[in-house]
Amino acid sequence: MKLKLLNDKVFKNILIITTSIVLLIGVAFFITLILESTSSISKFGFKFFTSTDWDPVFEKFGALPFIVGTLLTSFLSLLIAFPFTFAIMVVLGEYFTKGFISEVLRYLTELISSIPSVVIGLWGLFFLVPAVRFFQITFGLQPYGVGIFTASLLLAFMIIPYAASIAKDAMRLVPKDLKEAAYSLGATRWEVIKQVMIPYSRSGIVAGILLALGRALGETMTVTMVIGNSHFIPKNLFSPGNTIASVIANEFTEATGDLYLSSLIYLALVLFLITALINLLGKYILKKIQINH
Amino acid sequence: MINSILKIENLSASYDDKVIIQNINLEFQKNKITAIMGPSGCGKTTLLRCLNRMHELTPNAKVSGKILLESTNLNDNFMELNSTDPILVRRRIGMVFQRPNPFPNLTIYQNVLAGYLLNGIKLKKQEADEIVEKHLNLVALWDEVKDNLKKHGTFLSGGQQQRLCIARALAMEPDVLLLDEPTSALDPISTQRIEDLIVELQKTVTIIIVTHNVGQAGRVSDFVAFLYLGDLIEYGLTDTIFTNPKNLQTEKFLTGKIS
Repeated sequence: MKLKLLNDKVFKNILIITTSIVLLIGVAFFITLILESTSSISKFGFKFFTSTDWDPVFEKFGALPFIVGTLLTSFLSLLIAFPFTFAIMVVLGEYFTKGFISEVLRYLTELISSIPSVVIGLWGLFFLVPAVRFFQITFGLQPYGVGIFTASLLLAFMIIPYAASIAKDAMRLVPKDLKEAAYSLGATRWEVIKQVMIPYSRSGIVAGILLALGRALGETMTVTMVIGNSHFIPKNLFSPGNTIASVIANEFTEATGDLYLSSLIYLALVLFLITALINLLGKYILKKIQINH
Repeated sequence: MINSILKIENLSASYDDKVIIQNINLEFQKNKITAIMGPSGCGKTTLLRCLNRMHELTPNAKVSGKILLESTNLNDNFMELNSTDPILVRRRIGMVFQRPNPFPNLTIYQNVLAGYLLNGIKLKKQEADEIVEKHLNLVALWDEVKDNLKKHGTFLSGGQQQRLCIARALAMEPDVLLLDEPTSALDPISTQRIEDLIVELQKTVTIIIVTHNVGQAGRVSDFVAFLYLGDLIEYGLTDTIFTNPKNLQTEKFLTGKIS
């Protein structure tokens, strides 16, 4: 009996210690970001967010082009991914919930998420970039090939499985009772999907979209390879640009000056804050639209 | 049987090649309450779900035989439901389920109008108000919820939710209302209120109720059909069958020896 109680205590303490370590690392991570970026913060302050200069030679650093690039690619990719996500959600969440077709489709969708991002980037560089360039030549746009649009297309492809997987689970959780109630009132299958299943599972759908957005905000490798790495605010969707993540990945190795390095870490802090802010916003939206039972 | 509204001829139903009911022949009387009773697994719910073509929503479900509903067209006496658009069938034959299932994302007001909303039928404000008030009154729920119409129905008690579901089915003005063990998830007091309501409703609609509760069949129904292992064993006036069952199985069921 005594041994049993002791075991319980030991187990509880192990849990407390491991949990605390994870929490500590999180806090330490945040503190390091702030400490390391202090010299940049004290030099540029809030002007960092509004300045468009990024000039390592004259040590002038501003993050606006990258913030714009990050938000543009993320939300554009979300927009592009939406119809495909929706289709997969309905097909896997209602039409084929089990059986061979369902398994094959689900497997193929999840396979996309397991492709290393550098492979997707390479494919983008050798296939998608020429394709976009051809399109730009045809329509008389400047034939960069690389740029915001190309990066968003690739990102969309990468985030579809994340959003679709969660959204289809939410669709599958709609109680049979409710679907039957709708059918018994003379609803068609599409009406049941539109008026019963989607409203019921909307918090799950939004959660999926948020997860996808988080992934799009932070995705580095693929974006760096096809975005064009320009330090200017993109003039249009086909212009080259840069995201916060891609700038950090590109320039970290060549950051020689202390202020340069500190500014890159300041950028990291900004990305961290943007992600945290969007997550908080997402939590708030989820709470608003949750259905009470 | 002059006043039949719904006839079943040689109805059989199965799913996954397992036969659930076989060769059922029945006629349901207009504005009467018919109870379908029998032990669990006898196929009574399947029989009910065949009537509004809900059975075929189950994967691998099969139905054969004829179901005939009194036609609204004066030239034809009856229409064959298995060759009619299921959406039209379900608008004329409403259904209430075992567990109350109001739509949690809709308000009480919208729940009553759910049939119209789902089918994309536009109503004027005044029309909609009238439909809601009339049908909530029919199920004796109006006084209890009239100040909370714009709230979601999830705070209602189980019995109130079930009455809301009955109102929702009645709002489509069906000719027949199917009730699938509508009180099995409710407490005795709510059950009694629903039973009183069912008796009251037969003035407006023909009711077919599935129950495994002998007492309930006796209290509410005019006619009763007894199903056992997929066969229709006995059908007739409730009073006759309850006092003088012809079949031994029926008698055993009524006296609680099989359940």
